[in-house]
Amino acid sequence: MIQVGSNCVGCGKCVSTCPFGALSLVNRKAVANASCTMCGACVSVCPVKALSLPTAGSEKKDLSAYKGVWAFIEIADDGKEQKVRPVGFELLSKGRELADQLGEELAAVVIGEGVEKYFAELSSYGADKIYAVSSPAYRDYNTAAYANAMISLIKKYNPSIVLYPSTYIGRDLSPRISSELFVGLTADCTGLSIADGLLIQTRPAFGGNIMADIKCPDYRPQMSTVRPNVFKKVVTRPNSMAQVINESIAVPAAAGKVRIVSKHFDEVSNQEKLDEAEVVLAGGRGLKDAAGFAMLEDLAQELGGAVGASRAAIDLGLKPKEKQIGQSGVTVASKLYIAAGISGAVQHIVGMEHSDVIIGINKDANAPIFNVCKYGFVADARQLLPKVVEAVKKAKQK
Amino acid sequence: MNIIVCIKQVPDSTQVKVDPKTGTLIRAGVPSILNPYDHYALEKALAIKAKTGAKVTVLSMGPAQAVAVLRLALALGADEGVLLSDRAFAGSDTWATSYALATAVKKIGQFDMILCGQMAIDGDTAQTGPGIAYHLGIPQVTFCDSVDSDGQRAVVKKLIEGGHQIMEADLPVLITMTMPVDYAPKYPSFMAAHKAQDKQISTWTAADIGADLHKLGLEGSPTRVSRIFPPAARAKGEMISGSAEEMAAKFIEILKKESFVK
Repeated sequence: MIQVGSNCVGCGKCVSTCPFGALSLVNRKAVANASCTMCGACVSVCPVKALSLPTAGSEKKDLSAYKGVWAFIEIADDGKEQKVRPVGFELLSKGRELADQLGEELAAVVIGEGVEKYFAELSSYGADKIYAVSSPAYRDYNTAAYANAMISLIKKYNPSIVLYPSTYIGRDLSPRISSELFVGLTADCTGLSIADGLLIQTRPAFGGNIMADIKCPDYRPQMSTVRPNVFKKVVTRPNSMAQVINESIAVPAAAGKVRIVSKHFDEVSNQEKLDEAEVVLAGGRGLKDAAGFAMLEDLAQELGGAVGASRAAIDLGLKPKEKQIGQSGVTVASKLYIAAGISGAVQHIVGMEHSDVIIGINKDANAPIFNVCKYGFVADARQLLPKVVEAVKKAKQK
Repeated sequence: MNIIVCIKQVPDSTQVKVDPKTGTLIRAGVPSILNPYDHYALEKALAIKAKTGAKVTVLSMGPAQAVAVLRLALALGADEGVLLSDRAFAGSDTWATSYALATAVKKIGQFDMILCGQMAIDGDTAQTGPGIAYHLGIPQVTFCDSVDSDGQRAVVKKLIEGGHQIMEADLPVLITMTMPVDYAPKYPSFMAAHKAQDKQISTWTAADIGADLHKLGLEGSPTRVSRIFPPAARAKGEMISGSAEEMAAKFIEILKKESFVK
């Protein structure tokens, strides 16, 4: 467990910081009990640096050979055509910032069939280099094939940072790679920055009610996954072309152990796609029941918006799980976001805070949702929504 | 056929509250539950057992009290339980956790299929399943909401962006399970729980499984938490109150101003 030095002054700051309630003051000294998970959260808050994690006996490794920021580019396949999944551009845009801060290069890594057609667009989002593994054998994603290709590339070129989308593919692939390379992997980062040359990965932690900064000081590459819609995509180099490095990598035999029998794509109207909708209306526990959600649906109808829900409302069975907005659901970045009867738990906020105009409706003027709202209505959503629907209808008639 | 299901005891995160003064979590009094994704994976394993007569072993890593989720699994119909419990595991991130669990699987020995929940609700990483598969050198299929096996191959329905795939995999394979939207966990009857009292739960330490201590706990964990903090408070926007009519009028004014209603 955490080690407490003799210089502890008994201020108690660590006691209130510990997410596990493992620290207490005994005779004016901090003492850890068996609940300590050695997460390290208390170390940085100690004003006299009395707390430390037991140091591992590993020798310092020379990490200077690792340079460059990579973004794994996922190819989306909707059964009709293949194209770059937009989260790839978001990773490149954030990767560009990180690479500039480090003074290093940004590379896009794209594996698939006929990937040349993506090069110009990938370049426009700031890639200095593109590592391409292109072959009909890579048309469909396969864990063993893609992991082998990525591991080969990483071992050959030694990037310092690799970013993956937190999609079904990215979340299947990245832990396979981190396991083999013995490197860290931080899931679903909501913030990425550089401090002292290290990647600082921010994500909600311990059930999603609090934020944590995570770093991997002794291992390279530093790897993170990021959900779609967390970072903005920015075209930084509209007319430039990245240097392309084509690599030919054979598919390992193990890839044949898992086979696709058939593919099925849902017929979903654009209005229902939460992650792509321009207008999103989300309901929480404050809507109380199906009748409350019907009021929200009415407004969604008028505004052409998609309807989602907070985890609290999902837990009450008011909406199916796939409509959950938040850290363990869908992340949205809509032009208009209306949160009705949602108090604003951290795990919800991180799933919608990048929306442009956020309107909150909540009875409690102190609800945390209002901290991210451009407009906050202190009201019972069930009272206000029908009146708003009426007003919108009237306005549209004019 | 032998199936191993990896399960975790987690705090019921729907009941974790934040102390408004300190911004930290109040964990005291929060009940522990079997991670719902693991619960579903276990039920799927038991369904295969019912069909093929497979032996189902449940494996968990955690403090001594985590034995409760193994007891629950045995009461639901699993045959044997293994708890990995040792201070040497404390501080493990997903890398060290998957190494430890894979090492325990090797000690269990016989397995054709490993089922895991896609992720634990207290971590949300979805990394441990694929990590175990890597350490065992076997293929994985992740985010599946159904699984079936005839003892030769596994057939699964795997979620993908915008749809799903039917996939088949040679055994042995590791499969991580998501839950259908209407999933409600089953609980055992009192009688079933009583009968399961005699089933065996082994408790293994790091030494028992022959784990490399350099790959466990903090030393086996590349990631470090450098800081935890409450989310930044931002400047509040415009707050509106009044009668429902007044607020509705203001609402439509805003929608017009922001060009969402013309």
